Amino acid sequence: MSAAPAPGAAQTPQDDVARTVGSHAWTPYALLSPGMLWLAVFFLVPTVMLVTMSLSSGSAFTGTGTFSFSWEFSNYADAWNQYIVDKPIFQKSLVYALIATVLCLIIAYPLAYTIAFKSGRWKNLLLVLVIAPFFTSFLLRTNAWQTILSDNGFVVDVMKNTGMLDFLHTVVNTPDSWPSWTQIFPEGITAEDHVLATPLAVILGITYNFLPFMTLPLYASLERIDIRLIEAATDLYSSAFTAFRKVTFPLSLPGVVAGTLLTFIPAAGDPVNAFLLGSSNDALMGNAIDAQFKATGNYPLASALSVILMVVIVAMVALYVKRAGTEELV
Amino acid sequence: MSEQTSTAAPEAQSTGGGADLHIVDVTKKFGSFTAVDDLTLTVPSGSFFALLGPSGCGKTTTLRMVAGLEEPTAGRIVIGTEDVTYRKPFKRPVNTVFQSYALFPHLDIFENVAFGLRRTGMNRSEIRGEVENMLELVELSTYARRKPNQLSGGQQQRVAVARALINKPEVLLLDEPLGALDLKLRRQMQIELKRIQTEVGITFVHVTHDQEEAMTMADTIAVMNEGRIEQMGAPIELYENPVTTFVANFLGQSNLIKGSVTGKGGGDALLEVQGIRMAMPTARVHSDRDDVWVGVRPEKMQISRSGISVNGENAVTGVVTDASYIGVSTQYLVELPWGQEVGVFAQNLSTEGPLSKGDEVVLHWNPAHTFALDASQDAEAGAEKVEGDE
Amino acid sequence: MSTVLEPTQSIDARRAQALAALPPYSPPSLPVRTMRWVRSHLVQFFAALVLFYMFVPVLLVVIFSFNLPSGKFNYIWNQFSTQAWVNVWQDPLITDSVVLSLEIAFVATAVATLLGTLIAFAIGRHRFVGRAGTNLLIFMPMATPEVVMGSSLLTLFVAAGLEASLGRGTIMVAHIMFCISFVVVTVKARIAGLDSRLEQAAMDLYADEKTTFWKVTFPLVLPGIVAAALLAFSLSFDDFVITNFTSGQTVTFPMYVWGAAGRGIPPEANVVGAIMFGVAVLVVLLPQLLRRRRAKTPDGPKPEVLGVDGDDHMSLGATARFEHS
Repeated sequence: MSAAPAPGAAQTPQDDVARTVGSHAWTPYALLSPGMLWLAVFFLVPTVMLVTMSLSSGSAFTGTGTFSFSWEFSNYADAWNQYIVDKPIFQKSLVYALIATVLCLIIAYPLAYTIAFKSGRWKNLLLVLVIAPFFTSFLLRTNAWQTILSDNGFVVDVMKNTGMLDFLHTVVNTPDSWPSWTQIFPEGITAEDHVLATPLAVILGITYNFLPFMTLPLYASLERIDIRLIEAATDLYSSAFTAFRKVTFPLSLPGVVAGTLLTFIPAAGDPVNAFLLGSSNDALMGNAIDAQFKATGNYPLASALSVILMVVIVAMVALYVKRAGTEELV
Repeated sequence: MSEQTSTAAPEAQSTGGGADLHIVDVTKKFGSFTAVDDLTLTVPSGSFFALLGPSGCGKTTTLRMVAGLEEPTAGRIVIGTEDVTYRKPFKRPVNTVFQSYALFPHLDIFENVAFGLRRTGMNRSEIRGEVENMLELVELSTYARRKPNQLSGGQQQRVAVARALINKPEVLLLDEPLGALDLKLRRQMQIELKRIQTEVGITFVHVTHDQEEAMTMADTIAVMNEGRIEQMGAPIELYENPVTTFVANFLGQSNLIKGSVTGKGGGDALLEVQGIRMAMPTARVHSDRDDVWVGVRPEKMQISRSGISVNGENAVTGVVTDASYIGVSTQYLVELPWGQEVGVFAQNLSTEGPLSKGDEVVLHWNPAHTFALDASQDAEAGAEKVEGDE
Repeated sequence: MSTVLEPTQSIDARRAQALAALPPYSPPSLPVRTMRWVRSHLVQFFAALVLFYMFVPVLLVVIFSFNLPSGKFNYIWNQFSTQAWVNVWQDPLITDSVVLSLEIAFVATAVATLLGTLIAFAIGRHRFVGRAGTNLLIFMPMATPEVVMGSSLLTLFVAAGLEASLGRGTIMVAHIMFCISFVVVTVKARIAGLDSRLEQAAMDLYADEKTTFWKVTFPLVLPGIVAAALLAFSLSFDDFVITNFTSGQTVTFPMYVWGAAGRGIPPEANVVGAIMFGVAVLVVLLPQLLRRRRAKTPDGPKPEVLGVDGDDHMSLGATARFEHS
């Protein structure tokens, strides 16, 4: 996840220009400073404050309403006990986000592939269509899923009649070692007779909402693949599937990595889908942090939760990017 | 070698020599556009065959149909004794050297070359041996573990050839393989490719728009234009005896002068060109009509100061309008009495120096160098650019 | 030289011989062709399904804006009515929240686009010490869950004693912050895609650096800037999570929808969503349609680009390619 420029990529032509157009040594800093200052004051400083707050004591709604820094590590202990040990809300958030990310990848790939290779003159229109849903309020669209998944609706009917609902209900109800599926899905991934207010609805909502974040980077990296490479693979005795596995997919890995990050990170902290589509049992980290801030006023505990979420995400992302080894590609 | 292939079993062919490639009545349409128009063509086994034509003439489409990357709208494609028209590209005994190479950027040179063998399920140690031999053939053994972008253009080109050849295809297709190289490297690779072809003896089908490249490497050239074959034959035959104005102009340059055939007899034809009588071999008249374009290559014409006697040769008078000295030769533009300008390439043999603008001259040439083409054809067809003759 | 051209007859004979040895020519039958067509278009078929999936909720938002709900919840279709469309601006809660959201989105877009574009030029056109750190700081806000950003901003505002004055100002500050990064990557992609020879050509043609910038560089980068602004606007207008933390008692349109979710979202909210969708699609598609029409008149004025041609979608895509920046 290093933001360092990729070796040997697009950097060299810029060097040329830097020498011809750049006038003074201080020019870049003059251009940078207003925006970077904004990011420093309203992103960096708050992040530091968040860590400070997570080690403070006090409450917004009780006592003086002020906070004092006191190396209050008990906030972390509380967060750990309440949201990881007592209720696996933290694990749940990661699992939901992970499943949604995988679903997004499976769903978005054919779409991105079609736009990149098979759309011809419809390419621009299709790209507009991919981002168009962005423009209808995200909350309204999520809300629309309540209609789609309503108990007597078409979708649930079909799922019932095909036995899919039953299958999904039973399939993840097998007890396992910790973290067991039953701990994360105490009542199964979905109910026997309805989908709304079950984990499935939340996961479907997350998948839906972050689909464009997966599609666009996938498209961007697929689009850069020379179609002749795929033809060359078929010419060299690869079936369509082998060509995909050996050439197309490896070359699209940068997009896969970018897409999964852009989907997984926001999904892990999203409070909206769980609130609108889940039951009260489906509260995720986003909801927990939200509630601790807004309802309880326990800012230190909420901050500790945020810090934990942030640290775990950064660690997972770093590991993932290292495994995926994208810097070798391109 | 060619006699043997018609009877040889496919197994024998695959170990060298390649197979005949037959393209029979093939048409390819993209919507309403006809890219290839009822093409029939046989590439003899073991030959180095060039499909030559300007961009958009259908040569690449033809190649892609042989490779299986496009499906013909009509007709069939036969390799050796097998009909492959509807066969998937990965099931054909054909490999392609792609334009700009299409080397897999995520694989090193070794893996690029091994790609096809890995698909066929050959065992690892065998693959290793094969790849090493092939890299030796193209002189890249020390680069096995480099990535394609760490190689120069010429080296990448050789990898592309190796990657295709290692599979021992019946037919190797080369799609403008040298287009991305600079002139010097291109010359070098032309010789190199020719060497490799002679060594492995596989049928090479080479698509190019570069006539010089086609003539250097191929032993048979088919000139394509607008989806059809204009003429097919050995380079020397195409150049010396073109049968259409397109071939005459696309392959080198030609002076085409309006004239008519006035009589034939004894293997010779008599011509009248703007009132001047000329002669030529009947075998070089490629027109059913009497109205013809009388053609002569610029280097076949000799240029002399007026007054010289030119017995037994075809001759016209003219005035030099332009002379460019280019070292090995001097290129003249000469205006003929009826206002047409023709080009002449003269070797710099005379000691008195080149002729200059305004000099009155006689152009004369051996009648056996004359060719005659159907006058209903466009005299400018296939010309690189419109020259100054009105 | 065994490969000298043989007489034409011989080649024809070989072809005839080869053809005679083959079974008679039979092109694939219609069912075989149909199967093959279906198989080769499976990906497109699946892609169409995915697009459909993406648009079903949008469609429902629009459809249910014409519903007359039987209870307070607008989930079940009851009766067609244009009442919501007529009354949409009657409800001060909706009107005020939409006006406020627009106001915030305009300010946030303007400031973020300006600041982000400056940064993009610095990164895309200059070498400087601290480049890696700069890239990291731009990347971080995009890689941080919104709850974390929202809660940390709230902590900052609380620490600064601004808890009582949370509202329009703090929302704008927050929106500008998260929009900057998206503007930077979008504009930077456009700058990186520029052919630097164009600028060199301009300078060769006696344009000084300033003229080169305003006459060549800037017009070429403009579509990217416009695309970035559109992106920033949609991000700001639609943001709920961060706003939720920084708004205090102020109600933006997403906050209104959120609040209404518990007691039933009225069809009027759907009307606003439908209008936003319509306007956005118009803004994106109109220049393309206009351009297509103008392109048909040969000597028409040079089409104006509004940041929505193919390249700019790529730059939107590049937004998502941030980790390679």
